Amino acid sequence: MDTAFAERRRRDLIVACVLAAIAAVVPLFVKDVYVQNMMVLTLMWGALSQSWNILSGYCGQISLGHAMYFGIGAYTTALLFTKFGVLPWFGMLGGGIISAVIAMALGYPCFRLRGHYFVIATIVIAEIMLLLFHNWDWAGAAMGIDIPVRGDSWLKFQFTRSKLPYFYFALVLACVAWFVTWWLEDSKWGYWWRAVKDNPDAAESLGVVVFNSKMGAAAVSAFLVAVGGSFYGQFVSYIDPESVMGFQFSLLMALPAVLGGIGTLWGPLLGAVILIPITELTRSFIGGSGRGVDLIVYGGLIIAISLARPQGLVGLFSLKRKEAAR
Amino acid sequence: MTAETIIQSLASGLLMGLLYGLIAVGLALIFGLMDVVNFAHGEFLMIAMYATFFLFAFFAIDPLLSAPLVAAALFVFGAVVYLLIVRFAVRAKANAGMVQIFSTFGLAIVMRGLAQYFFTPDYRSVTHSWLGGKTVSVAGIFLPVPQLVGALVAIAAFGALYLFINRTDFGRALEATREDAGAVALVGIDKNKVFALGWGLGAALVGLSGAVMAIFFYIYPDVGASFALIAYVTVALGGFGSVFGAFAGGIIVGLVEATTALLLPPSLKAVGIYAVYLLVVFVRPRGLFGSM
Repeated sequence: MDTAFAERRRRDLIVACVLAAIAAVVPLFVKDVYVQNMMVLTLMWGALSQSWNILSGYCGQISLGHAMYFGIGAYTTALLFTKFGVLPWFGMLGGGIISAVIAMALGYPCFRLRGHYFVIATIVIAEIMLLLFHNWDWAGAAMGIDIPVRGDSWLKFQFTRSKLPYFYFALVLACVAWFVTWWLEDSKWGYWWRAVKDNPDAAESLGVVVFNSKMGAAAVSAFLVAVGGSFYGQFVSYIDPESVMGFQFSLLMALPAVLGGIGTLWGPLLGAVILIPITELTRSFIGGSGRGVDLIVYGGLIIAISLARPQGLVGLFSLKRKEAAR
Repeated sequence: MTAETIIQSLASGLLMGLLYGLIAVGLALIFGLMDVVNFAHGEFLMIAMYATFFLFAFFAIDPLLSAPLVAAALFVFGAVVYLLIVRFAVRAKANAGMVQIFSTFGLAIVMRGLAQYFFTPDYRSVTHSWLGGKTVSVAGIFLPVPQLVGALVAIAAFGALYLFINRTDFGRALEATREDAGAVALVGIDKNKVFALGWGLGAALVGLSGAVMAIFFYIYPDVGASFALIAYVTVALGGFGSVFGAFAGGIIVGLVEATTALLLPPSLKAVGIYAVYLLVVFVRPRGLFGSM
């Protein structure tokens, strides 16, 4: 490892700690509930996109079915809580583990597929899961699950009086997702992933190593996304198949990373900070008409950004980094 | 379940499958030509259906007559989309795959938004068309006339496409470009022009499907989404880029859907299609007729 890279990693870590500290004090000054809500969502989507980025950005296996893991996290937590009274913390962990196991089980056949065949397989699998939940009576079928309020505590992970606890959890989630990415970037997996992404054929000749590193990326990515889904379920306190597993969630997870810079450490967070407030503002200020103007603005934005800056916005903020990476 | 119901649903599955094939073939054509998946394909279908509806509602032109008009309009639309968006997406040096996915997907979102804005989210349908609501009986099996005509249109379109690709100069340019886009430039073929015409042709085919489907399907801004996923599966099942694969894939998808509907609740009928896709690509990662 050369010194420039080590230096960069140390600087990334310091910058992240400073940003996290700043983020932690912001809600003490910003009391507006609408803005706080937006901050929670921004951090959550940042974390989700960061997790998606591990498999799709670093490892190059583009998944448009991650909504499935998001939904499994939300459903596991909600079902364990409403049916058996199990605390959401365990639901979160359970959902994460179930998702990681499913990701690996599906990875086994799917990682043999290349390009669009892989992308379509991820969409189709998520769609099958969505349809199954739609028809699964015990899990509320299409009606979904209303998560009852049982108090206001960290233990039960329910907060009715303030958005702040949700904000801090989302902040921790974003920090964890970032730190895991940072850590993996310089692990042997990180190098394998880049090899798999840059030159699949050469990596293929390394055989089992490639396969195992893809499985690892899938498991970590799915686990973190499921924790995010579990959080989201508690945050909105009502879930149904469409609202946690719909195809749009898979896209929402990919978009910040694509906008910020796919396969980069800071891309997903940067993308989320820009994109989520825009999404929320267009929705609340011009979406109210129900006539689709917000869709037009949002879609237009996606086209413009993806055409104008295919490598993502991250490069704009540090020209030095590009030199260091060479 | 009697043998009669089984044959009956397989027959309707076959008719629907030919239409799925027709929807998918434009997608396959564009993919084969330039390795791009059009994620707004479903929305192309949606505007074709709206165009058919409005030609009927305002000018009383029957969908059967407006089909060529709609196909021609979609041809222009497809070429314009290529020139305004896709041309730049394929030039991207970084993340080309994601740029193609997201620029065409962004287009899909815009088109859905525009449809909601101008046409409202209401469900519309073409009522009292020449073919609407009629059925014929063949050897004891009842077939809805709109679907039957749709299937015949699909077969005719496949035939025309086959002749077009194999017998015309443009078709040959298309074939040459899909084989080696770099080499055709050397013999003086403008790659951009071929791509634009390819997009036009792909869109015209989906326009034709939309006009036929408007006879028997509700029309609303999100109608494309469900057919788009089936179209991607159809194309991938047949093997990306293979026009014949899309035709065969469509028939398989239609039959599988009809069979699933017999065995599972109707809300799960798409599961059969998706499961068959997964089975096929797990065994043959390049689809049924895709080259390795």
